[in-house]
Amino acid sequence: MKKTKLFAAIGGVGLVLASVFLIAADHVDAPAVAGTTTDIADLYAFEGDNPNNTVLIATVQGPLAPGDQSNNAQFDEDVMIQFNIDLDNDFIEDRVIQAVKRGDSMYFFGPAEPAITGLNSTVATFATRTAVKISTADDVQTAVSENGMSVFAGPRRDAFYFDFNRFNMVVSGAVAPEGFLPPAEASDFFENLNVLALTVEVPNALLGEAPVHIAEAAGLVDPGVLPSTYNVWATANRKQ
Amino acid sequence: MKTYKLRLLFVAICTSLLFVGCNDDDDNGNIIEVATCDDGEMNGDETGIDCGGSCEPCNEALDFSGTYVQEDSMGRPGINTVFSGSDAVKNDFNNTIPSDRAAFTPIFENTLEFYHDVYALSLGLTEDDIDYETNILGLDAPTLAFVLAQTDALQVAPNAPTSYFTPGGTFLTGRNLSDDVIDVSLILMFGGEMGNRFDGNNGTPQLTSDGVDAGDRDFTGGFPYLETPNL
Repeated sequence: MKKTKLFAAIGGVGLVLASVFLIAADHVDAPAVAGTTTDIADLYAFEGDNPNNTVLIATVQGPLAPGDQSNNAQFDEDVMIQFNIDLDNDFIEDRVIQAVKRGDSMYFFGPAEPAITGLNSTVATFATRTAVKISTADDVQTAVSENGMSVFAGPRRDAFYFDFNRFNMVVSGAVAPEGFLPPAEASDFFENLNVLALTVEVPNALLGEAPVHIAEAAGLVDPGVLPSTYNVWATANRKQ
Repeated sequence: MKTYKLRLLFVAICTSLLFVGCNDDDDNGNIIEVATCDDGEMNGDETGIDCGGSCEPCNEALDFSGTYVQEDSMGRPGINTVFSGSDAVKNDFNNTIPSDRAAFTPIFENTLEFYHDVYALSLGLTEDDIDYETNILGLDAPTLAFVLAQTDALQVAPNAPTSYFTPGGTFLTGRNLSDDVIDVSLILMFGGEMGNRFDGNNGTPQLTSDGVDAGDRDFTGGFPYLETPNL
């Protein structure tokens, strides 16, 4: 009896964790958004090839299988993807870059100080607007705004990598008590999958001054150990 | 008055130069008119000044009004999916703004311990036998939970190289496409103070690396930085 309970507990745990990690970046997360056009898969933010620029990438609706699923995936005109940039460590957005689809194009607004912050947003139509035709696999379109921001929207290979199948076994405990596999045996679940991607490369001068690193501000590292940093997150927002 | 006349003269000279320029290039005698999307005139197939037709759609045709409500939110990779633990909490997390997530800190700490209980049981031990240990960044469980729940954004350095986490090097300055965020997350959760607590050696399960890297992905192609989709 006890043993049965134990396995039931482990099995239950496994299920919870499996739904969890389908994962890890944010690939298929909460049930309310899983499989919908507001489902964010990943967020990347890094120094551009031009070190005066920051690159922001949000991927959505992933993972998509090659073929029909990828070819038929569409951005949603009722969804606004927003990059949020916090400049004073209060985790409230001070600058936003927004992307909204209209027709065959993606329209980017900003960077701009948002009219309102919080769960509700409005499109910053007062800000610099940059349009780019949404790319396909063999027709890649990019555009550069008058303020120097480069933009892209379209399907891309998923950059996220993870041995997801092995993970499911690992979290089932007894199935794989030795844990993950050595590199020669491990397998990247996302290797041949795709996502819909938004890329913007923005001059740092348009974003403003970055505050002291939050880890330093929170007293977790000594002063000067880490550079000043923006706090950046992405949101997917549906028109009401 | 004098200034005005001078300006007029200047305009006249420039205009004449422009026509001369045109004529010089116009070797067959025909006037070549090139409509562009930024010449300030409605020409070509445009339906408004520099818009419509083969140019961008005209402003008037596009409606960006209305209120958009947050449905999904993401800062660091894997936070909500890994630490929220239940479907209800996951939905809750997505519908909460980053500055208002104090309530998630104790939930995340419980989940962190819960994962260790899972492995304790899978190794034939009891839940009390294996607990989270302070990680390579020196963060104990409550502090790690705080960092994960209440500072959930990518910290992005505008004036320094990007690294999600490089053991012994820089960390929390952004997320590169190539960064192995899974291994980093596993090390911070299961690596203990040295980063190798459960690394598959000395009879421990391998919980600090999933064994895969970026493989044949190539992120060096410049903007838009991601590769063409798999066909």
